[in-house]
Amino acid sequence: MNMTLGHYLSLGAILFAMSVIGIFLNRKNLIVLLMAIELMLLAVNMNFVAFAHFLGDLHGQVFVFFILTVAAAESAIGLAILMLLFRNRASISVEELNTLKG
Amino acid sequence: MDYQTGFFYLFAAVLLYAAFRVITARNPVVAVLHLMLAFSQASALWLLIQAEFLGLTLVLVYLGAVMVLFLFVVMMLDIKLEGERGSFWKHFPLAAVLGAVVALQIIAVLWVGFPNITVPAVPAALATVSNTKSLGLLLYSEYLYPIEVAAVILLVAMIAAIALTLRRRKDSKAIDPGVQVQVRASDRLVVLPMNPTQKPVPLSAAIQESKA
Repeated sequence: MNMTLGHYLSLGAILFAMSVIGIFLNRKNLIVLLMAIELMLLAVNMNFVAFAHFLGDLHGQVFVFFILTVAAAESAIGLAILMLLFRNRASISVEELNTLKG
Repeated sequence: MDYQTGFFYLFAAVLLYAAFRVITARNPVVAVLHLMLAFSQASALWLLIQAEFLGLTLVLVYLGAVMVLFLFVVMMLDIKLEGERGSFWKHFPLAAVLGAVVALQIIAVLWVGFPNITVPAVPAALATVSNTKSLGLLLYSEYLYPIEVAAVILLVAMIAAIALTLRRRKDSKAIDPGVQVQVRASDRLVVLPMNPTQKPVPLSAAIQESKA
């Protein structure tokens, strides 16, 4: 059985579902949440690259380029906010961030 | 099954194992290192389907820059590792079932929509030039404005990250050089009007004072 588009799409789907599980389960550590978001972006990029190759359209790879840019910006700002949060609250647990909860 | 498919299964297995360790690792440093492993495997998978430029960009940008940023932050924050994570493993079976449902649904939809496409339909123009060159031609002609917007986004992100984490020390004794240069002599030295010499006290007054 040779490598098909379905192989890459299945891999992307499994990766995406796994990182969704990670976001639901990790309530103690905000850093792991950020890492799970990076994994989700990787799964989406995997789909884009697979489509770009198997359908012979290079525009998908250009889109991956832009997603990488936005993901780098997102992680930089996210980590900066995380630093501020830790400085003010001395904790990065999601369960303790309940100031807005009435 | 050709050797490409074999490598695909190898890289995919390591990638999924690394992703699983990322979401289950107790120590954040271990999670970051497994995330680096996951990105390297994804890069190898992209190289396998001839996305050379993006694969190498993933190594340079993610393994080289973003993951180092993550490691710095993880090691700068003094995170207490809690011993028991009962809630994690208590909710894990339900979450695994839901995740399997999500994955199977996505896979089902995509397998039906794109059944067994194997041979990439490569145009003749793309087959002659390299991946990097064709991507560059596309980026700098058709996608010129989006790439400039992407550059602005990166600049904004850099300024925002620096501005967020910049902290002025209140107990710092450093002197602003501009203020130091602007100082004038009258700010530092006050000349009081005084006589150069004083009259001596009369002798009779001095004797009376010593008797008293």
